Amino acid sequence: MIREFADADIVYLIEAARWTLLLALTATVGGGLLGIVVAVLRVIPFRPLNWLAIAWINLIQGTPLLGQLFVFFFGLPLVGLSVDAWTAAALSLSIYASAFFGEIWRGSLQSVSQRQWEAGAALGLTYAQRLGHVVLPQAIRISIAPTVGFLVQLVKNTSLTALIGFVELTRASQIISGATFAPLPVYLTAAVIYFIICFSLSQLAHMLERRLHVAR
Amino acid sequence: MSLVELADIRKRFGAVEVLKGISLTLEKGEIVAVIGRSGSGKSTMLRCINGLEKVQAGRIVVDGIDVTAPKADLNLLRQRAGMVFQSYNLFPHLNVERNVMLALKLVRKLDTSAAREVARAVVTKVGLADKLHAYPDELSGGQQQRVAIARSLAMQPTLMLFDEITSALDPELVGEVLRVLEGVASEGMTMMLVTHEMNFAKNVADRVIFMHEGRIHEDGPARETLLEPRTAELRSFLNAVLH
Ligand SMILES: Nc1ncnc2c1ncn2[C@@H]1O[C@H](COP(=O)(O)OP(=O)(O)OP(=O)(O)O)[C@@H](O)[C@H]1O
Ligand SMILES: [Mg+2]
Repeated sequence: MIREFADADIVYLIEAARWTLLLALTATVGGGLLGIVVAVLRVIPFRPLNWLAIAWINLIQGTPLLGQLFVFFFGLPLVGLSVDAWTAAALSLSIYASAFFGEIWRGSLQSVSQRQWEAGAALGLTYAQRLGHVVLPQAIRISIAPTVGFLVQLVKNTSLTALIGFVELTRASQIISGATFAPLPVYLTAAVIYFIICFSLSQLAHMLERRLHVAR
Repeated sequence: MSLVELADIRKRFGAVEVLKGISLTLEKGEIVAVIGRSGSGKSTMLRCINGLEKVQAGRIVVDGIDVTAPKADLNLLRQRAGMVFQSYNLFPHLNVERNVMLALKLVRKLDTSAAREVARAVVTKVGLADKLHAYPDELSGGQQQRVAIARSLAMQPTLMLFDEITSALDPELVGEVLRVLEGVASEGMTMMLVTHEMNFAKNVADRVIFMHEGRIHEDGPARETLLEPRTAELRSFLNAVLH
């Protein structure tokens, strides 16, 4: 039965957007924690671990996210591990995010000038004090823009999980569009919701950058 | 015992020997200007003295600390031997007051109010009391360099190393920094400064060391050495910088 696109559909889309947000949030936390590990393995002075991190980063950045999703959703059951769409989505997006966060944060750390390390050393600060009080605060400020830039990508990429049947904003739009045969208003509404999420994120980044004072 | 002793130190970067056997001693209260062409090893020598570079041979003792010992306490050494760089290197995320307070709290273990008091005193001394809450990028190069000097002085070092601290400054800002240096000198601080300011070297330093190709080529009283160079190399260097 075909029905009109109604206010109730907008509510349904907004409710589905909560899953988009929750998925992005989960991948940010999971990927963030793993990303710290990746960044550390990438810079510590021990070659085999550097290689491991580089391999991880290349493998994940060099393959399509959709492929990674399918590996988890269709691949894990083949080895006897049954996963639902949420678990597969959260797991693969976290792993995907870890490679990007790892690289972004390594780059931010290394872009703090060697002279800042030296200035700290010349004042008698220990290595840990130089890292914690001199270098990290600057690296964090530098990393805000690229980190949030990636978060925006991550939010948009959650839409791929529609393809394994996870009902987030895009999948919900497909469902309503199928029921109403009114794809234009449905997808326009979805686009507006994505835009509001992503725009808020970049505004947040600007606010953070202003608050953490570091030379430009 | 002398405050600083360098005994035949050698430093290589890869295959290139940059310091080819440097020996010198520095007494407490002495002010030594180090001059020489670009690449002669002046910065490297200073960086070896406070342990930022490791030497391959020879021995360095600063205020009783054997810098070249494998287990040398470099953080302690650097509290005794302050260093100011050409590029100021203030911490851009901290305002002037907190730039000075950081090491006072972390290294000298002062509490916040004591650290703030010391910071205000030293910043006032370099004439920037009105800039305590400014961030480095809100200051001129000369002001930043004066803060860097204050930050180092606040640690109460027994020796100060200055590496071409006016070279990055616009000419009109050099004077204010040199005046601060003169103030530090007049209080009896032991100082070793790499400089291209020959007048400053002549008038403020007790002694001049001329480095040439990784060696100390001349070492003597400031005026005499600069006015009557003994070697052709120093003569031609002075001609080049003075004309
Ligand atoms: N980290 C480094 N790695 C490799 N070579 C270096 C390094 N630091 C300095 N050198 C080389 O060592 C030599 C001496 O350098 P140093 O910086 O001590 O000279 P300088 O007398 O301070 O010169 P300037 O007046 O230009 O500052 C130069 O040839 C320089 O290229
Ligand atoms: Mg130099």
